[in-house]
Amino acid sequence: MPPIRIVAAGDAALLVSLPQVIDASLNAWCVAFAEAVAERYGAGVRDAVVGYASVTVYFDPVLVDPEWLERELQDLAARLPATAVRSGAVIDVPVLYGGEMGPDIADVAAFGGCAVDDVVAWHAAVTYRVYLVGFVPGFAYLATVDPRIAAPRRATPRLAMPIGAVAIAGGQTGIYPDTTPGGWNIIGRTPLLPFDPERESPSLFKPGDQVRFQPITEAEFAAFPARGSR
Amino acid sequence: MLTTVQDLGRWGYQRVGIPVGGPMDVFAHRYANALVANAESAAALEITLMGPELEADQPTVCAVTGARFQITVNDVAVPLDMAFEIPAGSRLRFGARGAGARAALAVRGGFGVPSLYGSRATSLLSRIGPFGGRALRAGDVLPVGDTPARQAVAAAAAGMALPPGGARLRVIQGPHADRFEPASLDALYGARFVVTPQSNRMGYRLEGPRLRQAEAADILSDATPIGSLQVPASGQPILLMADRQTTGGYPKIATVISADLSLAGQLAPGDWIEFTPVTRAEAVAALKRQQAQLEPRP
Repeated sequence: MPPIRIVAAGDAALLVSLPQVIDASLNAWCVAFAEAVAERYGAGVRDAVVGYASVTVYFDPVLVDPEWLERELQDLAARLPATAVRSGAVIDVPVLYGGEMGPDIADVAAFGGCAVDDVVAWHAAVTYRVYLVGFVPGFAYLATVDPRIAAPRRATPRLAMPIGAVAIAGGQTGIYPDTTPGGWNIIGRTPLLPFDPERESPSLFKPGDQVRFQPITEAEFAAFPARGSR
Repeated sequence: MLTTVQDLGRWGYQRVGIPVGGPMDVFAHRYANALVANAESAAALEITLMGPELEADQPTVCAVTGARFQITVNDVAVPLDMAFEIPAGSRLRFGARGAGARAALAVRGGFGVPSLYGSRATSLLSRIGPFGGRALRAGDVLPVGDTPARQAVAAAAAGMALPPGGARLRVIQGPHADRFEPASLDALYGARFVVTPQSNRMGYRLEGPRLRQAEAADILSDATPIGSLQVPASGQPILLMADRQTTGGYPKIATVISADLSLAGQLAPGDWIEFTPVTRAEAVAALKRQQAQLEPRP
């Protein structure tokens, strides 16, 4: 197993912490560990939430002895091989890049000293891993962006990001599921809804999935069925 | 006015970013349900700072706990922390408020609003929950359900803990305490913090001594338990509460213990907080004692 530390996060959660780096195989182990925890323990263990390089196990300390659970998790971790992987889905995300849909794409190009077409090509060339989903429902943290276009967060966040905005901040890229404030650089828009409470599987993404961005044209964007709004 | 339907929260979906939600004062919620013989999981109302006026179209057994609101039924005063039955056509009104910021109103049978992802809790941030995940408005109709009954509790052994202008909150240090300078840990435990107006169900922004980290300001995003004291670059901590986001990139210096979250949930802007470190064993013992108050006594 990778080196882990288990630390109390209050009295009703345990933080299982790996070396704090963005690394696909460490994150894959976390996804497998979280799923093993969810499968193994019933009532009393409430949730297992994956971070970049961590898993937080939530439990009811009245029903479950925290010291016992720590020993259990150590044991489970020791038995989960370092190469443990649960395969996720591969999700293709159509994106209309640039123009009105990508108001910050020129800034990203300036950062990279390249053309806007290069930003599109280098963004769409990578298959990204979903490391975690958080911030708001359905917001998947995707990495790792080509360093040439890994423009940092903007100095002044927008008050309301458009739903479906495809954006970059440093080595991370993501798709905004809701009109929250946001400081990432918007390079395009997808007609897909990352989060839809009406959908059977409300979030398009879960940790461990792979995401590929597909450039589409304005005509193709317009041809997508009008999606429900939030 | 901020009145929302809450139950004990939406568990099992944080992996897709759906917040847990639930009452700011879980003890008040469970106490109110216990008084009317509901299961603790029944949906009740959370009433913040200013209360609504409700009309019952059938006889209904109710209880109000938490903040000391003056409650009337058809203009007649009714006690808190006690079950009472109101006849059909009655108006229940929340008047002036004394200690505490939030009340729980439970009805026997629970509120039978639709469940979403296994819970009737309202997450205002994500707009998930009854009525499209929003606060209640005039004209909303709340069906009374038939949540299985249990034996009622006559009164909680110790009653409500309400802040007299502030609260001492016990914390477990960490999980990222080792990132902070020792002087900051001393400051955390030695000083008073004030709840600023930039505070709501997601969390309380606190003002007090700057808590400095020895290392760089952010961590790789990880999960954010309720009660976490997260510290952004400003050094001013944020106490995460019921509607917090599921993950965050700020280090967490300490975590308020479960038994003290309900007291924390009764704080309002302007109130003070002092933090005291305890062990996890002490924290669990405190929680068990608190929950034992809601067991029916022979």
